[in-house]
Amino acid sequence: MTAPTASPSAASDTARVSIMEHVRRSDWHSYVIYIAFVVVFAFFSVLLHDSGFLGGNNLLNIFRQTATISIMAVAMTFVIASAEIDLSVGSVAGLASVVTAMTIDSAGLVPGVLAGLALGLTVGILNGGLVTLLNIPSFLVTLGMLGIASGVAMWITASAPQPILDDTFNTVFGSGKIGNLPVLLVWTVVFVAVGAVVLNKTGFGRRVLATGGNRIAAEFTGINTRRIKFTVLVMSSVVASVAGMLYAGRLHSGRFQWGAGDELSVIAAVILGGTSLFGGSGAVIGTLFGSLLMGLINNGLILAGLDVSQQQVVRGAIIILAVALARRR
Amino acid sequence: MSEQLAVEMEAVHKSFNGVPVLHGVDFDLRRGEVHALLGENGAGKSTLMKILQGVYAPDGGEVRVDGRHVRLGSTHDARAAGIGMVFQEFSLVPTLSVARNVFLAREPRGRFGLVDDGEVVRRTRAVFAQMGVDVDPRATVGSLSTAYWQLTEIAKALAQNARVLIMDEPTASLARHEAEALFALVDRLKAAGISVIYISHRMEEVYRVADRVTVLRDGRRVVTAPLADVTPAQLIEHIIGRRMENAFAWRERTVDRSGTPVLELRELSAGPRVRGVSLTLHRGEVLGLAGLMGSGRTELARALFGIDRARAGQVLVDGRPVDLTSPRAAMAAGIALIPEDRREQGLVLDHSVRDNLLLPLLPGLSRGPLLNDRRGSETARSLIDRLRIRVANAGRPVRLLSGGNQQKVVIAKWLATDPEVLVMDEPTVGVDVGTKSEIITTIRDLADQGKAIIVISSELPELLAVSDRIVVLRAGAVDRELDRRDIPDEEHLQMAIQGV
Repeated sequence: MTAPTASPSAASDTARVSIMEHVRRSDWHSYVIYIAFVVVFAFFSVLLHDSGFLGGNNLLNIFRQTATISIMAVAMTFVIASAEIDLSVGSVAGLASVVTAMTIDSAGLVPGVLAGLALGLTVGILNGGLVTLLNIPSFLVTLGMLGIASGVAMWITASAPQPILDDTFNTVFGSGKIGNLPVLLVWTVVFVAVGAVVLNKTGFGRRVLATGGNRIAAEFTGINTRRIKFTVLVMSSVVASVAGMLYAGRLHSGRFQWGAGDELSVIAAVILGGTSLFGGSGAVIGTLFGSLLMGLINNGLILAGLDVSQQQVVRGAIIILAVALARRR
Repeated sequence: MSEQLAVEMEAVHKSFNGVPVLHGVDFDLRRGEVHALLGENGAGKSTLMKILQGVYAPDGGEVRVDGRHVRLGSTHDARAAGIGMVFQEFSLVPTLSVARNVFLAREPRGRFGLVDDGEVVRRTRAVFAQMGVDVDPRATVGSLSTAYWQLTEIAKALAQNARVLIMDEPTASLARHEAEALFALVDRLKAAGISVIYISHRMEEVYRVADRVTVLRDGRRVVTAPLADVTPAQLIEHIIGRRMENAFAWRERTVDRSGTPVLELRELSAGPRVRGVSLTLHRGEVLGLAGLMGSGRTELARALFGIDRARAGQVLVDGRPVDLTSPRAAMAAGIALIPEDRREQGLVLDHSVRDNLLLPLLPGLSRGPLLNDRRGSETARSLIDRLRIRVANAGRPVRLLSGGNQQKVVIAKWLATDPEVLVMDEPTVGVDVGTKSEIITTIRDLADQGKAIIVISSELPELLAVSDRIVVLRAGAVDRELDRRDIPDEEHLQMAIQGV
């Protein structure tokens, strides 16, 4: 270091240098999702200027359409950060939607909601128990559970939609608004906020990351890694059952198809958001933007007039590109 | 003269980053000879052998195999020259059969260029017949015991027409009778004209199998002689050399052993190797655990930290029996473990120094449900200062630190939990000399503050520097217990460990 001459301009120079230095040294890869989000948003804003892309209603629509994916992805962030996976979330959401719908029909609102949550809890305990007590890889347990849950949903409804006539439910869990904000946006914000705080600011969050980062070292540090893995799998299923109720509320019915195939979008959102597929790192806010980015792309491609086959190709290419950029080293 | 030499290495030099590791080493191996290679960790044994295997290129000197000059640019070249290695960490694929492993990537082809599995099995059987051992070529390697893995490894080398076998601590993970079978096999290989370079720390074994011995020290050859001409005591002296007095000098401490011991083991048996260990440890005492590889030192540490369950016996902390069923139970009893392998067991490498340091402290750092970030940072800062961990910023991934600084992070994270008993398994492996002496100082300071410490180390100078008492383990039980005052020098301890 040279002599410390303190002139104002020199001070602001150093400040500028240190900010640049900071940007350069900080791992820019972890911000790829935000950069991608801004770039895609700007691209569609210009391209679809006349198609109403920037309209307030359209933007709120994107939030509403991605809400169920977003909240499932928040819980999935914990699962993947602990180096596990949950493939059953989509079909658990579907099953929860029909269980809730049928129970509301026969017993009323509160029992219906409780039944949906109990279903999620039960599936989560089964998933977590099989993974941690019998040491079966979560990939296989939840793949099996994916089939079981959607099979049960079809079976108990004879594949028929279950209409929900309870207005309170439909308002709270999907179609309602608070002021100008759709209730689904509120649900998303609440789940993301709680998830971000729990992962970054609690001892539990640190233990999840340590378990996924190096399970042996975590175990040698006195962390009960089985309990951690059990807990995140239960969380994932319970949150998936809430997502199922949001489907039911938005569409005024329970149906086994709700959520079908969502597991792939959910996992893609988590990975796009910067969580390592191998565990040990996780970013809940990144996950939200991963989910929104995919919603943005879907919405923009539809407005641009691409047909379904073209949408799928473009979406796939963008996901691969973003993940390739976000990969570290 | 060179007619009967299988390998000649002449004036071999090798430096890493300008630090010389081998200063012109000569080594020769006769046909049908078992030649023991001895030396402390860091003496240059493995570098010399890696040059012979083609892993490293020498900076100077010459290597001749069967009298012909060879350039060993890769392990492939070395294998082609007839040099085979029996790896300490076996290079086998556990899910494949023995025969497929033996001929991996060199499978005999049958019609249409397809692998002829029948021929693979036949040839493997022939190799085992030549070795005079009975192994089922169709068995899956993963289902066999370690001894069979080793036989498969040897067969693999022989199937590649190896004329020279390098065996690195081949008995480390073998039971006694398995080791005997291995020695018999080495004798048969020798009779068949195969030469063996035998690396071992066990003196009795060397005398059992080897014809000649070479000792390396500080990258130089100290002696090469027929084993019949040297005594174990002379060999140990060659290995250790005359040491200069240094920071590793022992400092006598007084330990008050009148009260209740802070830790007492009564006939503890646990895991695969600990068989009836009894010992006591007092406040302010440093107990050294010595023993050969496989003597049960690490396993005892694992049992004390609740990783391996006790099968029999009792552990008392402050006179009260405790049940060490998990690391959590051990931590609750006031026991902490600095594990042997810091990268695998001690650290989450991709996480920051700060997160690693705070991991065992999480319950104490919470304010309500949330972590107190400022307190966490202050704690991390003070730990970094206390152990003088050299890192620019606590947010850096621990992966980027040097080995010595990583080890300090592991030690610091446990110091912060304020344990009563600290078990340190090989705390100075792979750290530089400066950090070593800092760690030794830390151990002494902790003992002066009243902590009870168990140190496991294969590096005897360190063990002698810090210990108040030394317990020698052999085959999972206490072989002898020595007061540090009764050990005049390293040679003495080495003899005790060897059971001479």
